[in-house]
Amino acid sequence: MSMPAYFTTKDKIWHYTFRVICFAIFFFLLAPILIMIPLSFNAQPFFTFTREMLTLNPEGYSLRWYQDFFSSDSWMRSIRNSFVIGIAATIVSTTLGTLAALGLSRSEMPAKGLIMGILISPMIVPLIISAAGMFFFFSSINIAQTYLGVILAHAALGTPFVVITVTATLVGFDQSLTRAAANLGASPTRTFFKITMPLILPGVISGALFAFITSFDEIVVVLFVAGVEQRTIPREMWSGIREDISPTILAVATILVMISIALLTVVELLRRRGERLRGLSPQ
Amino acid sequence: MAMADATDQHGAPTDSKGRLLTSDGTPLRRALERANRRRKLTALALVGPLLAFILIFFAFPIAQMMWRSVDNPQVVDALPRTLEALQAWDGRDVPPEPVFAALHADMMEDLDRTRREQKFGPLGIRLNYELSAARSAISRTARSVPGFEAPYRDAFTDAHRLWGQPELWRVIKREGRPLTLSYYVAALDREYDEFGDIVKRDENRRIYVNLFGRTLALSLAITFMTFLLGFPIAYYLSILPMRHANLLMIAVLLPFWTSLLVRTSAWIVLLQQQGVINNTLVALGIIGDDGRFSLIYNQTGTIIAMTHILLPFMVLPLYSVMRTIPPSYMRAAKSLGATPWTAFRRVYFPQTLPGIGAGGVLVFIISIGYYITPALVGGQSGRMISNEIARHIQQSLNWGLAAALGTMLLVGVLVLYWLYNRLVGADSLKLG
Repeated sequence: MSMPAYFTTKDKIWHYTFRVICFAIFFFLLAPILIMIPLSFNAQPFFTFTREMLTLNPEGYSLRWYQDFFSSDSWMRSIRNSFVIGIAATIVSTTLGTLAALGLSRSEMPAKGLIMGILISPMIVPLIISAAGMFFFFSSINIAQTYLGVILAHAALGTPFVVITVTATLVGFDQSLTRAAANLGASPTRTFFKITMPLILPGVISGALFAFITSFDEIVVVLFVAGVEQRTIPREMWSGIREDISPTILAVATILVMISIALLTVVELLRRRGERLRGLSPQ
Repeated sequence: MAMADATDQHGAPTDSKGRLLTSDGTPLRRALERANRRRKLTALALVGPLLAFILIFFAFPIAQMMWRSVDNPQVVDALPRTLEALQAWDGRDVPPEPVFAALHADMMEDLDRTRREQKFGPLGIRLNYELSAARSAISRTARSVPGFEAPYRDAFTDAHRLWGQPELWRVIKREGRPLTLSYYVAALDREYDEFGDIVKRDENRRIYVNLFGRTLALSLAITFMTFLLGFPIAYYLSILPMRHANLLMIAVLLPFWTSLLVRTSAWIVLLQQQGVINNTLVALGIIGDDGRFSLIYNQTGTIIAMTHILLPFMVLPLYSVMRTIPPSYMRAAKSLGATPWTAFRRVYFPQTLPGIGAGGVLVFIISIGYYITPALVGGQSGRMISNEIARHIQQSLNWGLAAALGTMLLVGVLVLYWLYNRLVGADSLKLG
């Protein structure tokens, strides 16, 4: 925004002060995350910049924490666990969530408000309470400390995001398209895969991404429901922070930041594509 | 099926009473009803799997956990005869011999020693929540009870002095019901006195009410901080052209998408005594080496880290509201003679209130149930109610008390969510 010509000195001072304040807040948002990236290349086991690092001496930098990470069995296992659990939970929650969203967006759906309330409750209930409830229940049916238990728990936590994103996509959905397909003799399954699915796909994918990131980042339920075998990356970081804090967690953090940048890009591209498609479709 | 008897004036088939029929002869009304029912069933069948999944693996476990906060089977299971004998007892003195005889019968029901000790273990733990030392009284007695002979009253009081005190008996009688409120009594820092009335605990044993208070205060502080920091940047983003705003939005969205553990460890790195902030301040000579700030493992740490973590939840709803406020309103106010401050206060700010309400309630709801960050950076003074619930589940194993605290927290959150819904509607929960 350029400055209008009629601005007085006071206006100008305020104009600049306000921008300085805003950039300070943006700095507060980004700096803590970005500062870990250079620190993860520290040659010393410290959480602060050494003199060598500040003078850009190559000896101040090393890849030892990344080496530590990639050669550690428990970290490697946690990566595998995070992906196995995350992908399995995403498949469950995306399938169930998409079906439910299709049902919920039909006008003849009874008790819509109540059912919607129940379906998105995993997003509202504090995690500690969900985790405690699942801990007791899963122990009683012998699926605590198993992959199945963690996957089911994460699937439950991820579904609200799928339901919300897919329902939102279906708001602008033109039901006459499916009626036309049915009219032309397509079976409901064929109509779904040929007509509905391609149109709601961006919503389904971003819902699935939300579900995946929910599982990938989840720790409270893992703390209560998972055993040593099922430890995920956040769980391993939790022990890393609590027990023996070493800069290895900074290397892990850097890798995770890269993953979130990639995910953020995908979601942003999907959102733009969705907006573009909606802009093109006749109202 | 009735065939068409006639046609109406438009030539459509009708039956003898003049009701419209479909081509196969069913009355139109019934055919429509059937089609509607079928569509309703299809919709339900689509929602059904997820609904069943959430009810079984999410809602039921939570209901079961809440049930633990009132469930009280231990005394009823272990001491049925004693409870019956205690019915006539007035609660003042040590009960008479028949009660001790009944207690002896209850304890000797299982002649096998290991099984007896297993059976009375939960009873001892349960009674110990109400009266310390009750556990050792039960376990010691369960070990020596086979040698007891009448009169049992002396035998029991010899085995453990607690049997000779009316206090233990009052607890047994009070908790001899399948449901109890005593976990809630404890969760509210209260206890039963000798007359069975609920009174406040001694000052130094009050924990939970203060902790709830601190959780609320910290959540309010965090909500206020996110508002203070979120309002300017949401406003700035809303006045920028869309292209620039989308670019700067990354600064808000990147933290939102970054792992919670990463953000929390970032603050540990920055705030600790030998961390980046303290080292920089020392290097710049602003503080001495011995004057390093303790920014972490206390309330300050919790507030800073959680403000950072929850800031996007404030900025996003605020931004979407501010985008819809036409800039012409402010210009109109100014051209009518309002100072910038008055125009902001009287014209712009009131229009942002829905966004502030939405963001504020969202941040507040999330922060009162937060567990991870307070546990990692909160130390002692930055702990919140969730940490106490986790402690009771994992360490002290007082699951009834954990369930009571959890139920209170859950009810609080649900009431807030209901308010949020009334205020803005759940549909406005925007993602990313």
